[in-house]
Amino acid sequence: MTQKNRIESGGQIDRSQTHSFTFDGKSYQGHPGDTLASALLANGVRLMGRSFKYHRPRGPLTAGSEEPNALVELRDGARQEPNTRATTTELFDGLVAKSQNRLGSLKFDLLSINDRLSNFLTAGFYYKTFMWPAAFWEKLYEPVIRHAAGLGSLSLKDDPDVYDKGFLHCDLLIIGAGPAGLAAALTAGRAGCDVILADEDFRMGGRLNSETFSLGDASGADWAKAVVAELESLPNVRVMARTTVIGAFDHGIYGAVERVSDHMHTPDTGKPRQILWRIYTKRTVLAAGATERPIAFENNDRPGIMLASALRSYANRFSVTADNCVAIFTNNDDGHRTAADLHAKGIKIAAVVDVRSDAPRNYDYEVLEGQVVDTKGRLGLTFAEVKLANGTMRTLECGALGLSGGWNPNVHLTCHQRGRPIWNEALSAFVPGDHLPAGMTVAGAASGEMSTAGALQSGVQAAQDALDLNDEAPALPQAEDAPVNLKPFWYVEGCSRAWLDQQNDVTVKDVKLSHQEGFRSVEHLKRYTTLGMATDQGKTSNMGGLAIMAELAGKTIPEVGTTIFRPPYTPTAIGVFGGRHRGQDFHPKRLTPSHRWAEEQGAVFVEVGNWMRAQWFPRAGETTWRESVDREVLATRGSVGVCDVTTLGKVDVQGTDAAEFLNKIYCNGFAKLDVGKTRYGLMLREDGIAKDDGTAARLAEDHFVVTTTTANALPVYRHMEFVRQCLFPDMDVQLISTTEAWAQYAVAGPNSRKVLEKIVDQDISNEAFPFMACANITVCGGLRARLFRISFSGELAYEIAVPTAYGDALIRKIMEAGAEYDITPYGTEALGVMRIEKGHAAGNELNGTTTAQNLGMGRMVSKKKDSIGSILSEREGLNRDDDLRQVGIKPVDAGASVPAGAHLMSLTGPIDATHDQGYVTSACYSPCLGHAIALGFLKDGSQRLGERMRLVSPLTKVETEVEIVSPHFIDPEGGRLRA
Amino acid sequence: MIIEHPLLGPRDAAEFTYLGDARLIDRPDWQSETAAKDFFEYGYLRDNPAGWHQELWFHEAGDRSWLVITRNTITHEISKVELARDVARSRGRSK
Amino acid sequence: MRYSGFKVLKEALTGHKGWTPAWRDPEPQAHYDIVIIGGGGHGLATAYYLAKEFQQKRIAVLEKGWIGGGNVGRNTTIIRSNYLLDGNEPFYEFSLKLWEGLEQDFNYNAMISQRGILNLIHSDAQRDAFVRRGNAMLLNGADAELLTTAQIKERYPFLNTEDARFPIKGGLAQHRGGTVRHDAVAWGYARGADSRGVDIIQNCEVTGFRIENGKCLGVETSRGFIGAGKVGCAVAGSSGRLMAKAEMRLPIESHVLQAFVSEGLKPVLPGVITFGAGHFYCSQSDKGGLVFGGDIDGYNSYAQRGNLPVVEDVCEGGMAIFPAFGRARLLRMWGGIMDMSMDGSPIIDKTHIDGLYFNGGWCYGGFKATPASGFCFAHLLARDTPHPTATAYRFDRFEKGLMIDEKGMGNQPNLH
Repeated sequence: MTQKNRIESGGQIDRSQTHSFTFDGKSYQGHPGDTLASALLANGVRLMGRSFKYHRPRGPLTAGSEEPNALVELRDGARQEPNTRATTTELFDGLVAKSQNRLGSLKFDLLSINDRLSNFLTAGFYYKTFMWPAAFWEKLYEPVIRHAAGLGSLSLKDDPDVYDKGFLHCDLLIIGAGPAGLAAALTAGRAGCDVILADEDFRMGGRLNSETFSLGDASGADWAKAVVAELESLPNVRVMARTTVIGAFDHGIYGAVERVSDHMHTPDTGKPRQILWRIYTKRTVLAAGATERPIAFENNDRPGIMLASALRSYANRFSVTADNCVAIFTNNDDGHRTAADLHAKGIKIAAVVDVRSDAPRNYDYEVLEGQVVDTKGRLGLTFAEVKLANGTMRTLECGALGLSGGWNPNVHLTCHQRGRPIWNEALSAFVPGDHLPAGMTVAGAASGEMSTAGALQSGVQAAQDALDLNDEAPALPQAEDAPVNLKPFWYVEGCSRAWLDQQNDVTVKDVKLSHQEGFRSVEHLKRYTTLGMATDQGKTSNMGGLAIMAELAGKTIPEVGTTIFRPPYTPTAIGVFGGRHRGQDFHPKRLTPSHRWAEEQGAVFVEVGNWMRAQWFPRAGETTWRESVDREVLATRGSVGVCDVTTLGKVDVQGTDAAEFLNKIYCNGFAKLDVGKTRYGLMLREDGIAKDDGTAARLAEDHFVVTTTTANALPVYRHMEFVRQCLFPDMDVQLISTTEAWAQYAVAGPNSRKVLEKIVDQDISNEAFPFMACANITVCGGLRARLFRISFSGELAYEIAVPTAYGDALIRKIMEAGAEYDITPYGTEALGVMRIEKGHAAGNELNGTTTAQNLGMGRMVSKKKDSIGSILSEREGLNRDDDLRQVGIKPVDAGASVPAGAHLMSLTGPIDATHDQGYVTSACYSPCLGHAIALGFLKDGSQRLGERMRLVSPLTKVETEVEIVSPHFIDPEGGRLRA
Repeated sequence: MIIEHPLLGPRDAAEFTYLGDARLIDRPDWQSETAAKDFFEYGYLRDNPAGWHQELWFHEAGDRSWLVITRNTITHEISKVELARDVARSRGRSK
Repeated sequence: MRYSGFKVLKEALTGHKGWTPAWRDPEPQAHYDIVIIGGGGHGLATAYYLAKEFQQKRIAVLEKGWIGGGNVGRNTTIIRSNYLLDGNEPFYEFSLKLWEGLEQDFNYNAMISQRGILNLIHSDAQRDAFVRRGNAMLLNGADAELLTTAQIKERYPFLNTEDARFPIKGGLAQHRGGTVRHDAVAWGYARGADSRGVDIIQNCEVTGFRIENGKCLGVETSRGFIGAGKVGCAVAGSSGRLMAKAEMRLPIESHVLQAFVSEGLKPVLPGVITFGAGHFYCSQSDKGGLVFGGDIDGYNSYAQRGNLPVVEDVCEGGMAIFPAFGRARLLRMWGGIMDMSMDGSPIIDKTHIDGLYFNGGWCYGGFKATPASGFCFAHLLARDTPHPTATAYRFDRFEKGLMIDEKGMGNQPNLH
């Protein structure tokens, strides 16, 4: 069987080439220019899918992106793409498609049993049953429902294609390249404006490609082709086919998706599958056209029944007829146009059934006044039953039936910013309202201008208005200017199983039931019946439902109103919104200056925010991370270790008010800090809770270097700028984040001075450079550097910084200088162990809910000065006697662990939330002490040192007896720091 | 959204970080007798209007200016963008 | 009318003529004992429990539009009680327990499906925090389980564990968490309240409060003055606007949160899953749509719509953990207005005005709270004392420094 329904000649397909494709494993042929739907129809295939609920057999209803029925799984393997509209899928050689949502084959779908049970499966039936016994919902009812529901399936393999994102800017964005859009583009393009013309179709021209009438001397399609060619020749016009504008966002930003490779078997090498464009435009002309709407009657959903305009598109553009005998059911003149076009191509017109008594007559075929009241044909239409105006019945034998109930302007994008459309009586349709997105003008059928001449003219006008052009308008060709003659007609009286939402199987009966049960707001109707919630978002279904609601409620359609139009205009691949932000590229990676060196050492890295930091440096023979970490800790405390601490935030603070500024941002005082000295600073939020901690080093009277934690580098800098610009705008102080500008290493351990003395050009003896000293120095004979004698580990330690470009050289230099002391690089794990041993708070303790008091630093909050957070830190709830205090915790049994996240309970008594007294924040094994240690918060903890408690973690099934101790496990007097 | 930065011209809102009501500029006097109440109201109570709202945005991926933006919370329309420092000074803030 | 499988069967065989409206459409009376402002989930639940559990009479719910049209009609349907802090966990666990018996209680199938919720863990510090939280849940009588990556992979084989920028190091699961058919919650409560005599009055907008000598006497509405012994406000994102009519400023900002649904797909996701290193969470509805969301847009808004950067941010998160979702299509995006409070936790309390009660500050987590919020608000309205699980949700907690700050972000609503 080869393309038996292909019309002999005409159309915009390339008959010189043939594409082979398969549908449900069977091979077919079509031509370039076909869609999957047109090619299947050409091959005599009307049945393309099954409906959602009743699994009714379905063929295409439309020839466009509003298609609710002909959804297939396109491609196979990892590229399988569910719910793909056959009506917009461009045919390519080797295309593979499968039907979906069926149990068994498409022709014998076992779930079509649901159709027999439809009387039980009415709107909302599931809200009224499946409640007993309660446990059966998850175990029985829901799994059955879930497996029957859904449409197509994902392959569940990683999407192999690439997606890109980009920005475009223009003076005028024109959405839709039909007559109105093309006329607008010509007007603005010739005037030299920057124009983007986007159309969802692969062929520009909109309806002009689907009609037979001419524009001037040319056919509509040829006129469109010539205009597109001219536009493409203009350097200021970007013509974007296969590009759907999906949404109108704030301030003239539009989202658009260009399908770069969807018309090919696989994307070309280096090309993305799709691109998400954010188009920034000054003005917009929406020329998105209109969508024809069907009429509801009994069994109006059989394959072969489609929109009359779709039949016309298939015949004129794709040179295909759904069947060689076609009937039309219409309430307006447009339906007759389809009959005339098809007749002219030699297709038999069984009859045109028109609900109007004054329908246009035609002597080539029969025009009947009446209504189609029912149809027959199990897997495709065979007969239409017509009730004539005089009451007699007539049976039409036909394989296709075109429905024309009038046209709905595509107002969607006019409503994306909560505008509402208004009712147009002449069209019996909603047209754009007054509250359009800023900068938008609507032209052509989208504005209700239904004739071709009117569309052309409104396109020109819209472009001129939008851009305030006074240039001469392009000469427009003569074009069809027929009026809209329409008698509103939505559904056949007395019908019940008459489909409104074909995909979701919402029938007239369901809408009536919804009304009967009180779901009378249009939103309640939608939600109760699922009308308009299908993948076409109501494009083919909503108006019928509204009309019935209006009639039942005794209201007009505009009184009933519409539901809300939301982006995207058509469903859009999730992948394109993700772009290249997936896998390792999900977030950028920040590498420290010593990264390459650390890689050479075989370091294991860990993600710290976007940073990659060395976690530990395993050595040959070490089999567990603990072995490496223990070694690094012991080596550092025993001799010397080095760690890259570049990731800590650094902010340079300069100006005559620098000290006063630090007094504001830290709760403790800085005004009296001597030049050449560093001080620990605790920063509060304005609500009195600890925000961050770090050090501030005074390098000069008017120059400090502030450090922050790695995680808070950005928020702290932002906060400091807020304080500077918004609260104290006249302070003479400047801030700059220098986190990336300086490579910084901690060199710690009793031999650290000896190592650095070999590198640093100055005297750094204990006398010359005591604990908490800081200075601008030079290293290696002249390289500028900064040196701070600060310690996170509790050892004699320094942090040394050089410009980042020298970071790699410096770490190598330090290693070389330290070789004689067996200098040991250590990672974040050893860093963490040493700070817990020393009792220093870090992120786990500064968790955004703890106060200075909780941290044991209550006395640091100066009451003598104004600092951020000091007033609100005095609130009673933050100063209770039994407040949490930071404590140290060690197991009574030295072999036991004290896991972080465990809670503290008394030795006896119940274990529950009301008896909860605290929790463990940080824990580790201390190689120095030979047992596990932890930091935590305990109610009134500072008064409870020596107390035995139970540490419980029911989640990880741990219960251990512990002793509450000072958080300073190592060198509590700080002798080592000052050595 | 697009923010007309007073120094840099139109910039995408995605370059900015939002803080909240521009009344956060009006930090109370810490030495006032009613400081506790004043700071509570400053820190916690908001007009939260449906309509025009003056608010603070930080040009984090830009020049690090804090801006006071007058924006409509119903339509998202922006009518005015000022440097927060200028606004702060105009409201009497200094050192 | 009692709903049942038998009733559905009977009606199917007799032409569905016996179904009556799920709730009446009454004219407002001049005076009620209790008027609830807001016909959303919380307002309807409050009215339901007032009538059913607290034997109150003469109750009205006033709704400016159609009931269930606020956040209960536009959320991502998740229920859970995986909270950390003492002020929250008992309340949310109470809510989860109410969910568990709700359908039988109000005779409506809201499709409560305890398919489990899983929070992914990506760092050691995050594990420590989740262990602490899981323990808090267990200590409060809720359920929690720490899962290994292998266990997670068994349930979600297509989860990206091989090429992850932020490796998955386990997860905290609450198996009793899950999803609910959100609209049905509003309808079930409405029907249950209506059948107990509550007047549900739609298209009735409150335009002001009548307050004399520090006492609230009733509300001015688009349908005239309605007197009330007590007035309870439960209007979520509109809290600021409404309470301004009583000259109150709140510790609340209104922000837009977007949410997303894909086209219908055959079942792929067994439960709810949240990404711990990006802004993404997802479940799959019974109809087959992937229902997902992420962070709020971050700026004050009453617009019920958001912008592209957050759409992209959310989908990037989705693609990071589920690269197989790339070929599923996003069907619809929408926005709701969140009453973001200053510590991320709600308020259920009396106001300083006699007879005026407030329920709000639910941030983006109000849906799961619906039953307990209604129950506790009804308790407060009926008895003038807070329900034991809601004692912390006071107005004065900010002034007193008793914040309930799960995320530790402080007094900046858009960070919660």
